[in-house]
Amino acid sequence: MSELSFPKRPYRTRGGVHAPHNKNTAHKESVIMPVPPIVALPMTQHIGAPCKPMVKVGDTVDVGQQIAGSEAFVSAPIHASVSGKVKKIDKITMPDGSRVDAIFIESDGEQRLSPDLKPPQVETLSELIKAVRDSGLVGLGGAGFPTAVKLNIPSDKTVDTLIINVAECEPYITSDHREILENSWDVISGIITVKEFLNIHRVIIGIENNKPDAIKALREIADSSIDPEDEIRVLPIKATYPQGAEKILIKACTGREVPMGGLPSDAGCLVMNVGSIAFISRYLKTGVPLVSRRLTVDGGCIADPVNVIVPIGTPIKDVIDFVGGYKEQPYKLIMGGPMMGISLPNDDLYVMKQNNAILALSAKEAMMTEPSACIRCGKCLDACPMRLQPLELSNAADRGDVDALKHFNAMNCMECGCCSFTCPAKRHLVQNIRIGKALLNKAKRDAIAASKGGKN
Amino acid sequence: MDAKLHVSSSPHFRGSNSTRRIMLDVIIALCPAAIASCVIFGWRSLMLIAICVASCVLLEYVARKIMKRDTTVGDLSAIVTGLLLALNLPVDVNPLIAVFGCVIAIIVVKQMFGGIGMNFVNPALAARIVLLVSFPSAMMHWVPALGAPEDAIIDATTAATPLAAAPGTYSYVDLLIGRCGGSIGEVCAVALIAGGVYLVIRRVISPIIPCVYLATSALMSLVVGLDPLYQLLSGGMLLGAIFMATDYTTSPVTRWGKVIYAVGCGFFTIMLRAFSNMPEGVSFSILLMNILVPLIERITVPRTLGYIKKKKGDSK
Repeated sequence: MSELSFPKRPYRTRGGVHAPHNKNTAHKESVIMPVPPIVALPMTQHIGAPCKPMVKVGDTVDVGQQIAGSEAFVSAPIHASVSGKVKKIDKITMPDGSRVDAIFIESDGEQRLSPDLKPPQVETLSELIKAVRDSGLVGLGGAGFPTAVKLNIPSDKTVDTLIINVAECEPYITSDHREILENSWDVISGIITVKEFLNIHRVIIGIENNKPDAIKALREIADSSIDPEDEIRVLPIKATYPQGAEKILIKACTGREVPMGGLPSDAGCLVMNVGSIAFISRYLKTGVPLVSRRLTVDGGCIADPVNVIVPIGTPIKDVIDFVGGYKEQPYKLIMGGPMMGISLPNDDLYVMKQNNAILALSAKEAMMTEPSACIRCGKCLDACPMRLQPLELSNAADRGDVDALKHFNAMNCMECGCCSFTCPAKRHLVQNIRIGKALLNKAKRDAIAASKGGKN
Repeated sequence: MDAKLHVSSSPHFRGSNSTRRIMLDVIIALCPAAIASCVIFGWRSLMLIAICVASCVLLEYVARKIMKRDTTVGDLSAIVTGLLLALNLPVDVNPLIAVFGCVIAIIVVKQMFGGIGMNFVNPALAARIVLLVSFPSAMMHWVPALGAPEDAIIDATTAATPLAAAPGTYSYVDLLIGRCGGSIGEVCAVALIAGGVYLVIRRVISPIIPCVYLATSALMSLVVGLDPLYQLLSGGMLLGAIFMATDYTTSPVTRWGKVIYAVGCGFFTIMLRAFSNMPEGVSFSILLMNILVPLIERITVPRTLGYIKKKKGDSK
């Protein structure tokens, strides 16, 4: 990995599907939502250890005040997104069905900033990592991995490439697109900060070619004098789903493959969402932690689809009412995109840090037909970007055949949904593979338990 | 919000493709060959097609009812089977023999093994072979086609197929437009190629199997000293390569598997044509490769993204 060149065109990636883009909100200015009367901040808004509340019922809190944290390495603190009183700390049901403590704050409408907030002093990499950790930042693209952990690259790995993920391949979602158009300078200054501190000399902004205005805006800045060594380049990639999946984006931008079960750093890459990188630059300037975010509200049942900037913890109901409410009774309500998002049982949930969209889909858009028998057409193989055999995995999961699941590398499935999307028999392939992965995890746990039991 | 929401595992979007649409595309692709057969062999050919399609659909419906399973007539696969079987028969075959073929295809090969997607060999092909070995004279009696060259006509009701006729009897043009003896659907090469192009454009089949099949056959013909182009255009070669070997259920799903499978089909076809007593090798070779599909798939598992061969130091 000695010579570092910029690819003229993206490297070849296999598979993927042409899902309808439906980027209805790409040309609409984001609107800032007024402060809701109450917000709820669940203790798990990231991958990793849940936070513990640091405030009591009745406490007065200010915007940006830390209200929950954890000592664990993989975690991210949570800050009050409104000023007001802590009303209650109660369990809520998360979209995935788990029950998690949440801090409910009744807003006083003043939105006064916490007096303790000041721009962090950042001179070294460890100070940057600490600052990012304090900001509560998690990957804003959807997965919610704590950014500070990502920046903390293990000493045995060398990272030579920073990839900025602007693929935004999920249908409907335009929050990253709007971030670029509205805050392109934040994006670039965030990139420069991260690249200087991590000593990275190649930055590739991977962006789907269905966003020409964003490509133009980024190119204008990246080619200007702000980047004298020309270390930041914009790489338009093809607009097929799932180009924004981390491993696929790395392949498209660098030609490298992340080893199975490995991390991007194993391929010498650091992948960051554009919203996260823009947030870092804002945080270093203002010291205001992650208390609000932009999200796309769209779908056939939304009266007036638009990107909104909302305080984290805002009830989804309020967000939808703010954009004009439902046009018709939605068939499905989705947190995230239609390909990988979680469908919600009701609208009584709250916006979280990693939540980039809320979609209210009509029956016409999201109708499911009953699955029929597999005809072995092999279209799922052609669609799989990881080059797996979804039909074999799904059958193995149906049989509960752990050996076959292992043989066909079930754990390498990223659940992008291409196979289910393309299946002419409408089989629930991804759902089955998820069950298969759970079976594998269970088998692993059982094996560990058995080996421990045997020794004692 | 009062009404309940639908909750399910992602993805929440599905493509517009469906089994029925795929089968409809295959039927559309077979139409040129079916129409050509009516032109070449007359109204009896249309009747044969009607008998086969009707009995396949009826048998499928009855079989599913008896087995107390959902009706699958709606996916149109029975129509495809019936159509393919009809196109593989001589035009003057006794209709009862044709119906017997439908019973073999739908009841024995397809439904007894679990219905669509479960059969281990191509139903139409298996039926044709059962008929061929059960009723050899009826199944190998070829009436003269419209405009067939005089040399090929043996008597008023019998003509030689291109593979049985003396060299030079049929010209390439005769073979292309179907002025030759044979099963009703296999004679007109142009119609079959048009159907194949349609299937590839509609992305119903990948071009790998037909192309590799034909290429291997051409190469093998050269090796054993036959005229490659004549071999490709005659007999059931095109019908087999485009419509039979590409049957989803009985061909490999992996890319390299398709290549191996098609090479095998081409190899055995020409070997049988050159060295066996049977005049035709397409059906037997595809059937043989059908049975090998699970083994072929086992050795052609694609390399998944990021897969590294077992422990070869700490890469890079």
